[in-house]
Amino acid sequence: MSEIKKIKNLKEFSTSADRFEGANLLCPGCAHSIIVREVLNATNDDLVLAASTGCLEVCTAVYPYTSWDASWIHIGFENGSTAVAGAEAMHKALKTKGRLKQPDRNPKFVAFGGDGASYDIGFQWISGCFERGHDMMYVVLDNEVYANTGGQRSSSTPIGSSATTSPAGRVSYGEKQNKKDMMAIMAAHGSPYVAQVSPNKWKDMVKKIQHGMSVEGPVFINAVSACTTEWKFAPEDTMAITDLATDSLVFPLYEIINGTELNITYRPKNVVPVEEYLAAQGRFKHLFKDEYKYLIKEWQERVDAKWDYLQRREEARV
Amino acid sequence: MAFDKMELRDVEVWDGNFAAAQAMRQVQIDVVAAYPITPSTPIVEGYAKFLADGYVEGEFVMVESEHAAMSGCIGASAAGGRVATATSSQGFALMVETLYQASGMRLPIILNVVNRALAAPLNVNGDHSDMYLGRDSGWIQLDAYSPQEAYDLNFIAFRVAEDHDVRLPCMVHQDGFMTSHTAQGVNTLTDDQAYGFVGDFKPMNDMLDFDHPVTHGVQTEEDWHFEHKARQHNDLMTKVLPKVQAAFDDFEALTGRKYNIVESYDMDDADVAVICMGTSVETAREVAKEMRTQGIKAGVVGLRVFRPFPFEQIKEALKGAKAIATLDRSSPNGAPGALFNEIAGTLYNTESRALLSGYVYGLGGRDLTKQHLVDLYTELQANVDAGKVTTPLQQFIGVRGPKLAFL
Ligand SMILES: Cc1ncc(C[n+]2csc(CCOP(=O)(O)OP(=O)(O)O)c2C)c(N)n1
Ligand code: SF4
Repeated sequence: MSEIKKIKNLKEFSTSADRFEGANLLCPGCAHSIIVREVLNATNDDLVLAASTGCLEVCTAVYPYTSWDASWIHIGFENGSTAVAGAEAMHKALKTKGRLKQPDRNPKFVAFGGDGASYDIGFQWISGCFERGHDMMYVVLDNEVYANTGGQRSSSTPIGSSATTSPAGRVSYGEKQNKKDMMAIMAAHGSPYVAQVSPNKWKDMVKKIQHGMSVEGPVFINAVSACTTEWKFAPEDTMAITDLATDSLVFPLYEIINGTELNITYRPKNVVPVEEYLAAQGRFKHLFKDEYKYLIKEWQERVDAKWDYLQRREEARV
Repeated sequence: MAFDKMELRDVEVWDGNFAAAQAMRQVQIDVVAAYPITPSTPIVEGYAKFLADGYVEGEFVMVESEHAAMSGCIGASAAGGRVATATSSQGFALMVETLYQASGMRLPIILNVVNRALAAPLNVNGDHSDMYLGRDSGWIQLDAYSPQEAYDLNFIAFRVAEDHDVRLPCMVHQDGFMTSHTAQGVNTLTDDQAYGFVGDFKPMNDMLDFDHPVTHGVQTEEDWHFEHKARQHNDLMTKVLPKVQAAFDDFEALTGRKYNIVESYDMDDADVAVICMGTSVETAREVAKEMRTQGIKAGVVGLRVFRPFPFEQIKEALKGAKAIATLDRSSPNGAPGALFNEIAGTLYNTESRALLSGYVYGLGGRDLTKQHLVDLYTELQANVDAGKVTTPLQQFIGVRGPKLAFL
């Protein structure tokens, strides 16, 4: 195993290895780029990367330019996971055959996908990769919507959010389904490491990415990615919104090791009411009408219940 | 090398599937990502067994679908090694999205396609409906008529696809069950001969070269997409056939077995000609021989390369014919047959203005009998005698119920 990169402070972290250029077409304030940089900067290892069709892909590899200074492949919307799995298989094969050009290098294989690419259309491919046990990391840039195609709902879109295919209207409060629990599903694949991360908690992120890269087998990372365009907030507020997400426990930060051991990795000192998180984003604006206020109450109850569940699982060690 | 060589007899009795699997073993594929489907399954099963027995080294990734199989092949190929897989029918259909992605990224993946009908109704037997789904996908398509050819054309496929001037994926087709499950004598190459003919894999723009990172599968819009597609098309149209011909020539020098881009049989003085693919080529040759004893100057043209479409060679092969029939083994679903259209387009500007009629046959594995072809040649001769097409433009051969004929 290669050496784990030592990171002293945020300044050093944010300016280290530039394998993902600031030159890209992502919206100002897009959390995708922050997350990608954090993942790449957490390691000095050589990387083989894939991206699924989505904002990250269309904004970073527009011919004749590329924002990637590491090997990178995009195939389609659904198969970023399998692209990396194929490359990982080739690395293994060439290693066995003694044909690696740089046998001393120890590459990591990482696929990025949006929540749509991962929770929905690409789910089967990810499941296949995890069942087969490829040595790879799959990172979801979870902005809870199909952003690249203009804001359609995904199975990660939370209840009450207004998306273009589940819009709030005169008689509808928008999305009717609860967000799919991908963390639980991926942990159930027997993955050695599954973690939810958030770009504002960068030390936690680094620890989890480094842990994920140090274990053998398929690792799943769900990264909360605030989308200024679809969540409807000002570009300079990305981190403020993200703080609200983690501190309201709407996005609790935790990890599941070997499918069982659950650790909560961040406990906000002052838990913020969910209402504040919702109020900060245009996609939930309609929930503040009198007839939908009950939904905000239900939101809080759901978040409390999940937090309670996570704590009990952490304690129970099952 | 850590794997064991396999001693083969000069002639082995193999079916088309096993012949393809043997070729894949002999060229020492690095990664196979695969999903089973009848009738191509034994190809990847054969490969898995070779791996289990230590006759080949590499990674066999048993994925969860054909779409994933080609996705894995794409990732593996972009990482820089020799890659192949196999499929049929519904599996091929599920792969179609990825076929375009593989060729657009210029990845030399080899796909053995054992042709089979497309549902509905579900049918496991051979026809060419699946292969036509791939005809615009930017792959080279070679067509084998027998187990021997399935074996030999695999070597040609690897050699051409991996050529750095080409870098395009290649399919080798064979007929479901008729070729894939019929055992015949197959002249073999030794492992060294076979590997030597194809040579070592030479990576290009591979993702495992960490000093030269590459970006694969970019986004292009109206400013570049046309250039990429036009260049890919240009390379298909101008580079591939000469490379295929060169590979055929070298293969003949090595084995004595001669292949042609278009396989002409008795076409020098033929008045009537049948043009077809797959196992029906051999049947048509048999019948043509018999027709000549009855005074009908019959010939056969078999397509060996379906993509890129060999316009010049076809024109040349058909230049003397007065009446020509295309034999389409796929449901035309609302048009003249696919092959009919291609041949009509190819011949339109030629001087001969041969009389052209289209026949649909053998869907879902239905037999094409010698008598069918005798009748067909007789009709063609009648057209020649009348100086015009006396039959409908499109007819269905051997279908039950009222005779289906259109246009
Ligand atoms: C097979 C297929 N279906 C649909 C699309 C259209 N499409 C491209 S990106 C996208 C949504 C991406 O959303 P997500 O994965 O959440 O990523 P984001 O853009 O939000 O980062 C869709 C629907 C496609 N490219 N391919
Ligand atoms: S639409 Fe959202 S996810 Fe897409 S680039 Fe803009 S901010 Fe990022």
